[in-house]
Amino acid sequence: MKFALAVYGAPANSQAPQSALHFARALVAQGHEIVRLFFYQDGVNTATAIAQPPQDESDLPAQWQAFIQEHQLDAVVCIAAALRRGVVDLAEAKRYQLPGSNLRDGYELSGLGQLVDGALLADRVVTFGA
Amino acid sequence: MSQSVCIISTRAPYSGQSAREALDAALVCASYDIPTALLLMGEGVFQLLQGQDSRHIPRKNISAMLQALPLYGIDSIYVDERSLLERGIEASQLCQSVTMLSQGELPTFIRQHSKVLNF
Repeated sequence: MKFALAVYGAPANSQAPQSALHFARALVAQGHEIVRLFFYQDGVNTATAIAQPPQDESDLPAQWQAFIQEHQLDAVVCIAAALRRGVVDLAEAKRYQLPGSNLRDGYELSGLGQLVDGALLADRVVTFGA
Repeated sequence: MSQSVCIISTRAPYSGQSAREALDAALVCASYDIPTALLLMGEGVFQLLQGQDSRHIPRKNISAMLQALPLYGIDSIYVDERSLLERGIEASQLCQSVTMLSQGELPTFIRQHSKVLNF
C-alpha cells in the first residue's frame, strides 16, 4: 500500500516525530511504499541540522535523516512553515539575507501543494502530532 | 472513487499556528480543484466566534480568513454541534452560517471524503 506521512510536532516538544519514525520503519519492514514525508507546522524542526540533543538521549533529527537517505524517501519540508520557524536552506538564506542555513541534506523545502499531492498519490495519509 | 479532502481543524484560533496552517492547507487543496470541506471540531469551533479583534496580539484575524473561503471555492464550513454545546456557544454567536453535524452524522460525513487531513 502507498502511504503519505505528515509530521506536525517538533522533536523537543512532541512525540510526533518519534512515533512517525517508528511507523515509517514498520511500513518499510512490511513492504509498503512511502510516497511522501511531509513536515509541517512545528514538525519542520525535525529537519534542522543544528539541534544537538544531549548524548544520552536519542538524536531524532539524525535518525530521521539516516532513514530518509537509506530508503531514498521523498522528504518535503513546508517552506512557509519552515521560514516562520527558522529552518532554511542555502537558497532561502541568500534570498532573505539570513546569517546561515540549517536544512539537513535529504530534505527539500517546498510548498503545501506537496502535502496535497502526497495525500492524493497515497492510499493512506497518516498524520502525527495534530 | 474521485478524490475529495476533508480538513479537520481542532485548535483554538490563536493558540499557536495550527488554525492558520490548517486553513492554508484547505486553501491549497481547493486551489488544486479538489472538492474540499473544512470541519471545525473541539477547540477549533472558537475560530468561528463573532467579534474577534486580534490586532492587539497582534495576529491575523482567523474569522476574517474563514469568511473569505467561498472566494477560493470552499462554500461550506461544517461544525461539530457537540463541540459547540460543550463550550456553551450558540449558533447565533458565530460569524457566519455553517452546516451543523450531529455526533451521529460525523462518521458518515468524514467517510464521504477520500482523504482526511487532521489538524
